[in-house]
Amino acid sequence: MKILVPVKQVPALDEDVEIDGARLAAEELEWDLNEWDSFSVEAALRLAEAEEGSEVVVVTVGGEESEDGLLSCLANGADRAVRVEAEDLGEAVGDPIAIAHVLAAVARRESPDLLLCGVQSSDAAHSATGVALAGLLDLAHVAVVSRIERQDAELIVDRELEGGVVETLRLRTPALLTIQTGINEPRYANLRAIKQARAKPLETLSLAEVGLSREEMQAASGARPISLAPRQSGGAASMLEGAPSEIAAQILEIVREAVTA
Amino acid sequence: MSGILVVAEVRDGAIRPVTSELMTAACELSEQGMGPVRALVVAGDPAAVAATASLAGVEEALLASSPHEHFEAHVSAAALEAAIAQLSPSAVLASHTIDSLGFAPAVAARGGHGFASDVTSLRLEGEALRAGRELYGGRLQSEVELRPGRSSIVLLRAGAWEPASGADDGANGVSGGANGVSGNANGVSGTGCGITALDVDLSHAPRTEHVSFTSPPSGDVDIERADFLLSIGRGVEEQESIPTFERLAERLGATLSASRPLVDAGWLPSSRQVGQSGRTVTPKVYLALGISGAVQHLAGMSRSGTIIAVNSDPAAPIFGAAHYGAVADLNEVAEAIEQQIG
Repeated sequence: MKILVPVKQVPALDEDVEIDGARLAAEELEWDLNEWDSFSVEAALRLAEAEEGSEVVVVTVGGEESEDGLLSCLANGADRAVRVEAEDLGEAVGDPIAIAHVLAAVARRESPDLLLCGVQSSDAAHSATGVALAGLLDLAHVAVVSRIERQDAELIVDRELEGGVVETLRLRTPALLTIQTGINEPRYANLRAIKQARAKPLETLSLAEVGLSREEMQAASGARPISLAPRQSGGAASMLEGAPSEIAAQILEIVREAVTA
Repeated sequence: MSGILVVAEVRDGAIRPVTSELMTAACELSEQGMGPVRALVVAGDPAAVAATASLAGVEEALLASSPHEHFEAHVSAAALEAAIAQLSPSAVLASHTIDSLGFAPAVAARGGHGFASDVTSLRLEGEALRAGRELYGGRLQSEVELRPGRSSIVLLRAGAWEPASGADDGANGVSGGANGVSGNANGVSGTGCGITALDVDLSHAPRTEHVSFTSPPSGDVDIERADFLLSIGRGVEEQESIPTFERLAERLGATLSASRPLVDAGWLPSSRQVGQSGRTVTPKVYLALGISGAVQHLAGMSRSGTIIAVNSDPAAPIFGAAHYGAVADLNEVAEAIEQQIG
């Protein structure tokens, strides 16, 4: 079974950010693998381990900084990695539909049996790329999956609804699933595995090499960015100041008053 | 290209209340000259479903008969594609919910339509729709433009628009009474809303089979009944600290709850989870320690009486929803609270 797992490096959320026009200024950022993608990669590895001869390929649309993320996936057990150069997309790189087109082009080269995408990324949180990709590839798909069971070409999955209700569904591969956090416990690679990961294939492709152009990606974008600014917190919290003991005293007073109200 | 198509959110044979928020947004756009508002209802028995909600402001309800009783993503996608092909709406409004996320992006990508999700504001700039949305855990706000000349599919964040007035008047539905709709395409008196059966064959559309629904396990505690919740999040970095917070909660007379990451990690049972995929709570006091305030979490507690948040990150989005906040080390504050309770 061949499983293709699109992944993304995202800026670490606890960093201060600088805005450059309608995008984040990239120089100062620290990058991590998107949290949801650790779960989708882990899900792919477990399915691959259950069937001999399986292959897990991770793909990203990113700059050089995203190679660290790909290496960690390879260290965890992915077999191959593919990176499409993000610079080639221009501002379309922030659009989930445009990204889906690029991933679809890679998927057509790879012909996977299964694609696993994270439900969303922690930076842009469109929650759309995976399902958009399924649409372009005309694949059976389920979004927000919290459990996967596989029997040959048949998949039984749980779809997580609001309030913790779960819907169990049956579908057949080839298919695409978007994976929710908590579906499994992602593994961590040891230093040896990380070193060995460098020997695994990591292919870098330009947009042209997957048969697409920047103009096509701009045209395919669902929307284009106009502005970006820090969130204006209207009605923001009254901030409590002082040492922890002073803060604690203030909290206790607020609580006592509110609970007896 | 004109008109706004609202995709009704359907669950358990009824139109979900969040659809009413879509109506508000649709009517606002219609008033700005975008054309009439229509609604798409996809269900096993769409006429019965359409009768469960007031569709005031809707000129026409399009009913699509699904071969499945429950929501099926590929059926909804096919129905929406047919509706877009037939109506060429300028805008399609759906809710940013688990169901709609399951098909709307696929329709947008395949059809080359405009697309924006988790949208919190909408306005027209000339002929183009501009959508506001948050990035980066809610720390940044962005505006994107959906270019005119193609249908734009926009998923609206639940709670970002007010429900349309008259939304509670479920009994007046499309039928104008209790008689239900029997495929009468001539429009209905009372609401002025026309009914049309959407011309599409959905019988071969399903690509998944429904097996079952399972409700979440109810644990030893019902956090929805608590007056005071002490809620912990990712800032609690060690599983070993959980007993400390359990004890603190007990001493405070509070019930311990948590945000998703702690439940994902298996540190606390899902019965204690507050948020979109957990419980929605409205206690008198919600004391959040080490919770950043992701939108899915806020959805589960933002209506609490008094919200106090402690987080070491001054930019944590929870400070935008809390009444009181403190930028501090949650462990130090927790320890100080325990010492002072006496």
